[in-house]
Amino acid sequence: MCAICGCGGPDHKHDHDQGHDHHHDHDHDHDHDHHHAHAPGLSATRMVQVERDIFAENQRHADANRRYFAAQGLFVVNLVSSPGSGKTTLLVKTVEALKAEMPVAVIEGDQQTGLDAERIKATGVPAYQINTGKGCHLDAHGVGHALEHLTPIEDGVLFIENVGNLVCPAGFDLGEAHKVVVLSTTEGEDKPLKYPDMFFAADLMLLNKSDLLPYVDFSVEKAADYAGRVHPGMEMLTLSARSGEGMAAWLAWLRAGVAAARAGKAEARPKPRVALSAGT
Amino acid sequence: MHEMALCEGLIQALEEQARAQDFARVHKVFLEIGALATIEPDAMRFNFPIVAKGTLAEGAALEIDFMDASAWCMACSRRVAVKRHGEGCPACGSYQLQILDGAQMRIKQLEVS
Repeated sequence: MCAICGCGGPDHKHDHDQGHDHHHDHDHDHDHDHHHAHAPGLSATRMVQVERDIFAENQRHADANRRYFAAQGLFVVNLVSSPGSGKTTLLVKTVEALKAEMPVAVIEGDQQTGLDAERIKATGVPAYQINTGKGCHLDAHGVGHALEHLTPIEDGVLFIENVGNLVCPAGFDLGEAHKVVVLSTTEGEDKPLKYPDMFFAADLMLLNKSDLLPYVDFSVEKAADYAGRVHPGMEMLTLSARSGEGMAAWLAWLRAGVAAARAGKAEARPKPRVALSAGT
Repeated sequence: MHEMALCEGLIQALEEQARAQDFARVHKVFLEIGALATIEPDAMRFNFPIVAKGTLAEGAALEIDFMDASAWCMACSRRVAVKRHGEGCPACGSYQLQILDGAQMRIKQLEVS
């Protein structure tokens, strides 16, 4: 049973034969008393003050994931978009470009099938598929458990490809460094206005399928303007995963993130005590 | 759609509170939801009774206080109320807003026995 969450129902299988350490902080423990079996009786009601944020539970898992990523020197990107924006193709091309120079791993989120993880695995990097079933988003708890199934990597990049959905994933921090939203030129340029929560939550917008711009009625200028209304100062890169146009700037953005994560690793890890040698 | 998951989180929080504040039943939940919390109050009202079934909060009423978010308008140099992202400052229309709060979903108080 996982100590951070107290989960361990019959539908929750844990595989502890991965030959590596469990990454979770083990400072939480939950008992499983439930008080709902009591009869209401005739006792009078009373008011109790609470002040508790419902997102706090996801946040606790997200914070634990973030501490783990920091200690591993991992740059973690949570890729979000509507279905069909070309996220997986973009990811395959990105992984192919980076895998020779740094460790890369991928967590895939979809309602059903392991198809996306298979496409990533074909590139030769570790990938794990989370199937959310009826769920519409990944949460930090599920990502924490997905990490148990991946051989740990250090000093590299972990991509989390979220469920194709521009609504629900906006509200769930997974512990990533950045959410990156992919908008493609075959969609409407007004998506930032229609789904503002997501474009506010993301730090970078990738405008994908730029090779199709001559054939579609998509204004890059308008898309940038709308994104700026929702999220002033948001970064935007235009690219085509298919033709490779604009990929260099995206890869440079990722390399800079990885460099920062590596540099921060020493800070994130507890410092070993080193005895000063005499005379220094 | 994710309101179902949030209702499950809410029930979990109620169970924790029941242990901490020693009560057995929840009759009414007073929630505060910020305008930028990515939560639809109606979806919460629809999902809560379903998720609460068989728990300490079965049959409990849900009282939602939907709050405006606030932002700092760079153009007006003051704090303004906002209802959603991308609509600009209600006073001057500028989009140069820095969101200050409004993403919360908080349990404020509970009527319990």
